[in-house]
Amino acid sequence: MAAIATPSASPARRAFGGLVKTRELGIVIALIALVVYTAANNPRFLSAQSIRDILLNTAILAVMAAGQAVVVITRNIDLSVGSVLGLSAYAVATLLQANPGVPMVVALLIGLAVGAAAGALNGVLVRYGKVPALVVTLGTMYIWRGVAYSWAGGDQVTASELPKHFLSFANDSVLGIPWPVLVAIVVVLGVTVVMRNYRAGRELYAMGSSPDAAELAGIKVSRNLIGAFIVSGALAGLAGVLFAARFGTIDASAGNGYELNVVAAVVVGGVAISGGSGTVWGAGLGALLLTVIGSALTVLSINQFWQQAIVGALIILAICADRVVAVRIARALRKRDSHV
Amino acid sequence: MSDTAAPRGIRRGELGKLASWDGIIIVLTVLALVVASLAVPNFGTSRNYTFLVLDLMPILLIALPMTLIIVTGEIDLSVASTLGFTSALMGWFWNNGLSIEMIIPLCIVIGAVLGAFNGFLVTRLGLPSLAVTIGTLALYRGLALVVLGDGAVADFPFDYTGWVTGTIGGGSIPNVLLLLIPLAIVFGIVLHATPVGRALYAMGANDKAAHFAGIRVERTKFWLYVASGAVAGLVGVLWTLRYSSARADNGSGLELAVVAAVLLGGVSIFGGKGSLPGVLAGVVLLAVLQNALRLQDVSGQALNIVTGALLVLSVLLPNIVTSLRTTWHRRRLRQAAA
Repeated sequence: MAAIATPSASPARRAFGGLVKTRELGIVIALIALVVYTAANNPRFLSAQSIRDILLNTAILAVMAAGQAVVVITRNIDLSVGSVLGLSAYAVATLLQANPGVPMVVALLIGLAVGAAAGALNGVLVRYGKVPALVVTLGTMYIWRGVAYSWAGGDQVTASELPKHFLSFANDSVLGIPWPVLVAIVVVLGVTVVMRNYRAGRELYAMGSSPDAAELAGIKVSRNLIGAFIVSGALAGLAGVLFAARFGTIDASAGNGYELNVVAAVVVGGVAISGGSGTVWGAGLGALLLTVIGSALTVLSINQFWQQAIVGALIILAICADRVVAVRIARALRKRDSHV
Repeated sequence: MSDTAAPRGIRRGELGKLASWDGIIIVLTVLALVVASLAVPNFGTSRNYTFLVLDLMPILLIALPMTLIIVTGEIDLSVASTLGFTSALMGWFWNNGLSIEMIIPLCIVIGAVLGAFNGFLVTRLGLPSLAVTIGTLALYRGLALVVLGDGAVADFPFDYTGWVTGTIGGGSIPNVLLLLIPLAIVFGIVLHATPVGRALYAMGANDKAAHFAGIRVERTKFWLYVASGAVAGLVGVLWTLRYSSARADNGSGLELAVVAAVLLGGVSIFGGKGSLPGVLAGVVLLAVLQNALRLQDVSGQALNIVTGALLVLSVLLPNIVTSLRTTWHRRRLRQAAA
């Protein structure tokens, strides 16, 4: 079966690639239209400060969306990211509160490690425990949030208790780009390249397209799947450090409910929830679009309460668009096959 | 021929595993109730039982249609937002002078309409239900905010708010049980004692096979979403009356608690497996643990660890048992051959 599937895969992927490109183009066009319209109404929208705020707000969401995209591409989902963010943020904040001398790089690495460990647990339970990802990550979502609450109790770490170098990380810039934004760009581009051009990335797409065929084709499914969950967890942990540096005041509820925003960004960005298609930079664009909508509503002094409804409508629109693309591809493939 | 063969196959193959988890969860629930009544001060009072019932009411009611939906292999994450939307609408209607006798049926109908929209997207357009209902989760909550903003409406008539929090004749049985029990029985009968219920399992086991067996897969799923929306609308009304406060953020985050309770009750997220008694036990177990821990002054948030662990274990343990059983079986076969 795998042997029959292989020859038809590469032209299919080419046709698919073309259509997917238009899919991301759609987000870019929507973004440009929104920015132009808003800026025409209120030029302050394009001031350096405003752009900076939007990018900083996007950074945390984009980092998590990159990880989530990897998991969703394998036809799984990671709902634990919000709780992992909270745990990592609180862990790093308490560590720096106790040892103000810890350098930023170490803080980032600790966040990554906390998240990677949480992700590894998800991956192992999904693969070896044969528990569906939705169940596992819903469970660990509750568990890590509970751990954070048991650990923190009602306590919080405030900005005045954190070292200056940590807090300034969220504001200092290199070449005019704030550090968190730089981190987000590196993460999104890095993961995009790995998913696009490297063997491990292509295998993840294959697993998402057809888990059974991937296994039959000799792909090391266990290793890849656990790797995907580790990436998602680690990036959620990294986002936790960025969150702590940006907001300064951290309690056990940090990142509560983020999981749905992240999934929304990924879906809006064109990653199909049924796996096997979409790109990581699309997910990053999705995160940017969701953030820009929020800022644009404020600038246009439209009732803030519309934001969530618009996001919801956008998600449904995005899924409909993906469906249209999928139907068109299926039709094109059928036509091609009937000629052969 | 084929439409009797498919459900029977599920029964024979899965019932052993499923019954054992159902059994475990029901026994655990009874144990938790007994232990809490004996060991936790103030747990066994009729006042506390009333609170317990009121606390588990929203999750239990929403879990009824959710069980049926998950049995067919779909999901509905928009329920808590539907609840919030009907709650916000209730406040808005009340502010605009509608009578409460008008408002309540109207809210339930609007809930059903929201459910029908989900059903339309999932069954007519063939979109994945997880993604659709994450979308409508944001959409309906957003509309709730548009309707009522961050304000609250609180001046509902006491006749109604008092009824929801009250007991039958001032005794020890909460009034809301008059809604909970009949609805649970209706959903239980539909799932376990009608051809429609068997069809739901068949769809969950294999959509296409069910279709070829003559089951109207799309239409049935559509009506399940309508039922889910209507029940969520009803819960929106009850929630508003219980706290006598209509707010746009009422019940936010409840969707995951409902899904957790349903899965804990032994329903497979892939569909085709599960029973309503198991789900009811799952809901009661979580509520009892939460209530007992609160009486012991343990933070409700720490309970999250227990909820999460139970959720993972509810699937993990049966899997481990099955794989151990096959290993033993194989070893025995090998020994017999040797």
